[in-house]
Parts: sequence; structure tokens; C-alpha cells
Amino acid sequence: MTFEEIKNYIAEHYPSLSDLDFDKSASDKALEVTADKLIDLMSVLYADSALKMDNLILISAVDDFNGEKIIIEDGSTVMKGGTLSVYYHLESLSLRHKFNVVVRVPRESPDVPSVTFIWGGANFNEREGYDMIGINFVNHPNLTRILMPYDWEAGYPLRKDYKNPEFYQGMKVPY
Amino acid sequence: MSEFLTLPPQKIKTEEMVLNMGPQHPSTHGVLRLELVLEGEVIVDVKPHVGYLHRCFEKHCEALTYQQIVPYVDRMDYLAAMGNEMGWAIACERLMGIEVPQRVEYIRVIMAELQRIASHLVAVGTYGLDIGAFTPFLYCFRDREKILNLFEITCGARLLYNYMWPGGLSHDIPPEFSRLTKEFLSEFKPVVKELNNLLSYNKIFIERTANVGVLPVEAAINYGMTGPNLRASGLKWDLRRDDPYSVYDKFDFDIPVGQGWHGKVGDCWDRYYVRLLEIEQSIRIIEQAIDQIPEGDVASAIPKRYKPPVGHIYARIENPRGELGYFIVSNGSQQPARVKVRPPSFISLGVMGELCKGHLVADVVAVLGSIDIVLGEVDR
Amino acid sequence: MIFDSIFEFTDNLFISLTVNAALPLVFIIPFALFAVWWERKVSAHMQDRLGPMRVGKHGWLQTVADILKLIQKEDIVPKVADRTLFNIAPVLTFMGSYAVFAAIPFAGAYIGSDIDLGLLYIVAVSGLVVVGILMAGWASNNKYSLLGAMRSTAQIISYEIPTVVVILTMVIVGGSFNLRELSETQSANMFNWFIFGGSYPIMTKIALIPLMIIAFIIIYISSLAEVNRTPFDIPEAESELVGGYHTEYSGMKFAMFFLSEYANMFAVSVLVASLFLGGYHSPFGYLGDLVGSPLLKGFEQFFWFTFKGLLLVTVQMWLRWTLPRLRVDQLMALCWKYLIPISILNFVIVALLMVL
Repeated sequence: MTFEEIKNYIAEHYPSLSDLDFDKSASDKALEVTADKLIDLMSVLYADSALKMDNLILISAVDDFNGEKIIIEDGSTVMKGGTLSVYYHLESLSLRHKFNVVVRVPRESPDVPSVTFIWGGANFNEREGYDMIGINFVNHPNLTRILMPYDWEAGYPLRKDYKNPEFYQGMKVPY
Repeated sequence: MSEFLTLPPQKIKTEEMVLNMGPQHPSTHGVLRLELVLEGEVIVDVKPHVGYLHRCFEKHCEALTYQQIVPYVDRMDYLAAMGNEMGWAIACERLMGIEVPQRVEYIRVIMAELQRIASHLVAVGTYGLDIGAFTPFLYCFRDREKILNLFEITCGARLLYNYMWPGGLSHDIPPEFSRLTKEFLSEFKPVVKELNNLLSYNKIFIERTANVGVLPVEAAINYGMTGPNLRASGLKWDLRRDDPYSVYDKFDFDIPVGQGWHGKVGDCWDRYYVRLLEIEQSIRIIEQAIDQIPEGDVASAIPKRYKPPVGHIYARIENPRGELGYFIVSNGSQQPARVKVRPPSFISLGVMGELCKGHLVADVVAVLGSIDIVLGEVDR
Repeated sequence: MIFDSIFEFTDNLFISLTVNAALPLVFIIPFALFAVWWERKVSAHMQDRLGPMRVGKHGWLQTVADILKLIQKEDIVPKVADRTLFNIAPVLTFMGSYAVFAAIPFAGAYIGSDIDLGLLYIVAVSGLVVVGILMAGWASNNKYSLLGAMRSTAQIISYEIPTVVVILTMVIVGGSFNLRELSETQSANMFNWFIFGGSYPIMTKIALIPLMIIAFIIIYISSLAEVNRTPFDIPEAESELVGGYHTEYSGMKFAMFFLSEYANMFAVSVLVASLFLGGYHSPFGYLGDLVGSPLLKGFEQFFWFTFKGLLLVTVQMWLRWTLPRLRVDQLMALCWKYLIPISILNFVIVALLMVL
């Protein structure tokens, strides 16, 4: 099935999920969903016999950087408001079709429900999303930093307004 | 003492031992730390700790132009740098709608398949090393060296090439390339048989790897395993055939899958042997491609300035270690707004704990070697 | 006997005992150095390499240079290690492997100590190596070392059983516990060797040959396990346990473990050679007998002794660079499920045959 067919199929069969919209800005299309409906949608995508999205290819967290830019005293920019997004790339190995889902959450409270209980492969992906962008995957079994040191306290490096700390554990960071 | 002896066995308190395997350890294939919880020599739990090689690849990408990122992707899976470049080139070309000449596509396929052979040779050789057979390792490296020589005459580099640019190639292949490649292939074919006789069918090797770390196909899909690891579990899934990119749909090749030759489907031996079979298929692809390379200019489609539209794209290729994908978010500027890589090794590593439970310490090495990770790619 | 001539020459029991005891050392240390070089060369040529080429012609001085380097190195003792045990362990290990040579006849004229229970002594003393390894593993206070030491202990103790059973079989066939006497019964030509049924009447010989070959294979396999060589090198399996029990050792102490490993290899090889391949005896006659020179005969015997030992050591190396490594449970299964029952069965059949 193509992206549109899948989208229409969902709207037809699952009325509660029918008001979802495309992420229109994209060359690859993605279905935009709110965080509270994500689990419903994902369960449908995984379990429906016509969809069978058994393979979660990738979860990518993205800083949209679309809020209000505030310049603070030392000249650096801090983002206030706006959203962070999480892209899910799904695929059905048996039916051979792909589907993309995107969740946008406010920057101040980036809570996204975890899909680890559906796809085991989501575990590391979500930990990376937490580590790099700071998405709080609710109900994740072990949401800790993965690539950065466990005691890294200076924030989430892939956010656009991230600033390197001066020192880490007594070592100078910028070199 | 006598009190201790009269206790029923289940009341004797035994302690679990935590063994940190790595970050410096001969068979973690880089700087990986596995936290093993042991009961005697039996594994209770395995926790992989990664990030020792983290080089901020994704953060770097946000400050570099699309062209400048090419040398950086080399350094992810440094054993299959051609594959990384090919994936990046394809992702950028799809994002910007660049049509590349056929000659470029053929050369890319040949390079990627040569790289696949080289990478699988390292995987097979180091796997033998993990199991304790030293000699196959050096045989593999001897032949990998010949492939690296081919790369060297093409682009001057042996490990990190900066060869496939979005839109084309940095150099055309030299005129003697076809002859040398054919010579190499004819020399190399018997080596695969030799490797099989030396290692694959060795009774001890089979004992060590068959029925160890069995990954059923449902679990493999659920954990997002791709590439040889997924195929060893018995699913015929290869992006070169199922989601064709470049010119792979023009070649005739088989997709080897694990059949449980010496035990259950999806054990370590299957994962090892699927790689050896893939080497043979790669030879077939190269043999077909090398005679069909069309004439053309390899640099003609490289744009002067990269002007991507606003949007996001996910492009993927079949790398030796599995599905390598690039997710690029573009805001229309020279630099990507966000690049996210789907590193196959990183995802594969997530299944370690599942595979090792209940096995012995020696099996951790066997399992880790069989899923074939490269830490440069795990940590990026 | 060399001891007697030294005693006559010096007329001092203490000096002659010391000289007599030091003689094997004069042989073993150069041999171990040679064996290390030989192993590197054998492995290199098996792997399409050249191996060490720089120090001396074809690198024959390489191990000497390595040992010189190891002597100069700082002797590191980990802070948390048990200092005393840590220091004793390599000495004990080397002592164990060296003491074995006391009861092994190097030639008709030289055996360190011509004791009647030589074979039992060898089995007992080689047990010292286990103590040394266990001590090293425990004292290092390192988890890898501990695992390696535990594995090694389990392995050596298990594999001692088939070794001892085969040795007993050979004692029945040869009728002595003394290796020199056993060697002497295999004199004259190679068809008197025990692997060809010894000097028994022809019918007994033919019945013995298959049994002897089985016994030979069993003792060779278990001797490989006793000296921790591939495919049984799990105590020091570098891909799992880094270095096993000698992970924490450096400098001269490491060199002692290293030397004792090669001394051990040679010891089990010559033990097997003495039991099955005629010991120091030539496969055919002696030049020394022809010209009537006992000195030349002595040297010939010493040559054959070294040659056979080196041959079996080379086979060990060949196996090491060809085979992968077994796992702990498979190693134990091989010993308890196959080697021990077969060796006991073999023992019973040989015993019955001898009674008949």
C-alpha cells in the first residue's frame, strides 16, 4: 500500500484516529499525530492485519527550533516555546510497505509515550532520543543516557541552543 | 564449617559476580563495555554500555555542507566506508532530485560489493579469532589487503575514501581496474572454499557456534535486526532486492538465508555462514557489473552548489552489517538541519542481552562476534 | 651414569647433586627459548607470514631479545593483589614443570633421579602447576584471572584422570614405573616401541597395536589439556579472559609463566615419547655401537630424545594454529564422557590381554 492508501485505511477503519493530518512540509510524507494518540495509532499499525508494520526502522528525534529566540546576556541564543518532533519510520516486511509517523511535542514538556513494548528495537533508539534531544519517553524501561556519559548534566547536545559546559568532572571541555 | 555443610544446597548463599568486559578487551571489537552479571560462569544478564567512541557525528553534520559530510560518514562504519558513502550520496541525491549517470551507478555498485567482501572477510576472520582460531584471521586479512589495493589505485585511500560524492564520484576508475579486479576475483574464489574447510566445517567451531545465541525470526524483526543477522534467522529480506536502489535490479544474485545447517535457524553458525555465502553472491554481482560499465563522465552530475528543498527524507541501503539509513531534515540551507543515522550495529547491539541469557562467558564472545558490530558506527 | 662420573670427579656429594640437578635447566631454558621462536616461525609460515626476521638470521635471537626486555621491565604488583602469593605463584609453576624432568631419562646415561616410582612422581609433581596457577589467579584479585584459574584447575584435574589411566596401562605393558626401564625395554629398533606393541611375541603385538594407538591418542589429547594448549587453552583464552591467570603479571614473572608453559609442553611430549615412541632410543641402530664409542651413542640418544620431543611439540603447535578453542562445558564433556570411559575400557582390555 502507498502512504495515502494506508492513511485512508486508518481513517476509514479507526474513526478515533481519522482527524490526523499530513506533515505537509515534507518530501517524505509523515502522518502527524499528537502524543496522547500515538500508542493507539502505533498499536493499530502494528496489529492490523492489513497493515502489519512489524519492523520499526528508526526513531529520530528532531529539534524543530521554531519557537521564540531569546538572546541572553552572554550573547547566546535560547529557545523558548516551539516544538520537538519524533519521527517514526515503520515498515512491513511481509506486506512490503512503509509508513512514517511524526509526533510533535512542546519543547518545555517533551513527553512521548514509549513504544518499547511493541517493538523491542525501540529501546536503544528512544534512549538515544532522550540522550541527544531530551525527549522524555514515558514508560521506557531504562531511560538513561546512552552515548553521552551517564553523569552529563549540561543538557541535550543536539538541541540547537545547546551550549557546551566549561568543565566536565574537572576536565576542560572546549579545546 | 560443619554448620555450613549441613545446610541444604538451596540455602547456601551464593553471590552473583559482575564482570565488566571491556572497554579494553580483545574481543569486544572496539571500545564496548559489556556489564556481565555472572552466576559462576553462567550469564544472568548482559548490559551493553556504549558511547566511548562518540564523536558527535550528528552535531557536526549540522555545521557542515552536504559535500563536507562525506568524509565524516566514512568514519562511522570504518570497515565499510564505501557503503556509508553510497548511502549518504543516495540520500542527498533523492533529497535534491539529482539524476546520476549510469557509469557512476555501476562503479558505485562494484565498489560497494568489493567493500562488502572486504567487510565480511574481517567479520569472518575476527569471528574465528573470537572462537580461538588464529590462522583464518590472517588469511582473511591477506585477501582484504588485495581489495584495499584496488581501492587505493582508484581513489588513493585504503580505508576512508571520500570517493562517492552526492551526484557523482571524486575520480573515475583507472583503465587497468577491470583487469585487476577480474584477476583478484579469480584468485579469490578458491579462498572461500579454503576458509570453509579451515574454519566453517571444523567440528570444534561448529560445536562452539551451533545452537548458541539462537535468534528466532519474530524476535529478530521485533528487535529491528537487519542484514545478515536477519537473513540468518531465515527471512529472505535484502534491500538490494526488496527495495532496490542504484542499479541492483539489473543483476542476478541469490539471497542466502540461514537454514539451521548445524542446529536451530538463527544461531551463531548461521549468522557466520550467511556472511560467507554473501561473499560468493557479491563476487557474482561484481562479475556481472564489471563487464557492463557504460562510458560517461563520473563528475558531470555533481552540482556546483547543493540546493536542497525544505523537507525530510529517509534513504537506506544494504550495508554489510545491515540496513544503513540516513534521515535528513533540510531547512533549505546549505547545511542539513538534522541528520540522523540508522546505524545497523547500534540496533543489533540491543539484542545482546536477549541472546546471551543462560549461556556461558565464552558464548558472549561468540554471540557478540556473530552479530558483527563496528563500534565506530555504534557510537558515531 | 653422569651422576656417578661427576661424583668421582668432584668427590663431593653436594656439588655433584647440584650439578646433576642443574643439568636439565641448562637444556630446558635454551629449549624453551628455541621453542618460542620455533612456534612463532611455525605459526608464521602456516599463515603466509615470515614471523620474526630482524634479530639474528631469520630472527633466531628474537626470544633472547624478548627475555632481555622482560628482565628489564618494571615488576608491577597490583595494589589489591596478595603480594606473597602473587610472588610465589610463578616460581611454583616453574618449579612444578621443572621438577618433572627429574624422572625423565634424557639419554641412557642421564636421568636426574633414577627413582622406581618415576611415573607416579611425574604425575604428582605436575600437580604443583595447578597450585601455582590457582595461586596466581587468586592472588591477582582480578576477575578474569580468577575465572581463568578456576577453569584451569577444573581442566587439569579432570584431564589427569585419563592421563593416569593410560600411564597405568603402559605400566602393565612395560612392567615398570621407572621411565628409564620402560625406555630400555623399547630398545633395538622401532618395532619394539610400545606403540607397535613392544617386544612381545608377534600375536600379542598385533592385538596390542590398536589398543596402543588408542592409548597414545588419549594421552596426547589429555596432555594437550594439561599444558593448556589449544584447543584446550580456555584458562588463558585471550578472546574471553584476556590473559587468564597471568593477566596481571608482567616482566620476569610473566616470563617464568611463559617459560614454564614451554617447558611443560616439552615435558609432556617427552613423557609421551618415552611411553610410546621408545624414549631416547633410535628408531634403528646406533652409529656409536658400530664404532664402539659409548660417548657417541650417548649423544645419539640425546639427539633422538630431543628430536622426538620437538616433533611432538611441533604437532602441538600445528594443532594450536589450526583449531579453534573448546568451551568449558564441552571440554569437560570430552573428558568425562569420552576420554575417561575409553581409557578405562582400554586399560581393562590391555590388562586381560597381558594376563592371558
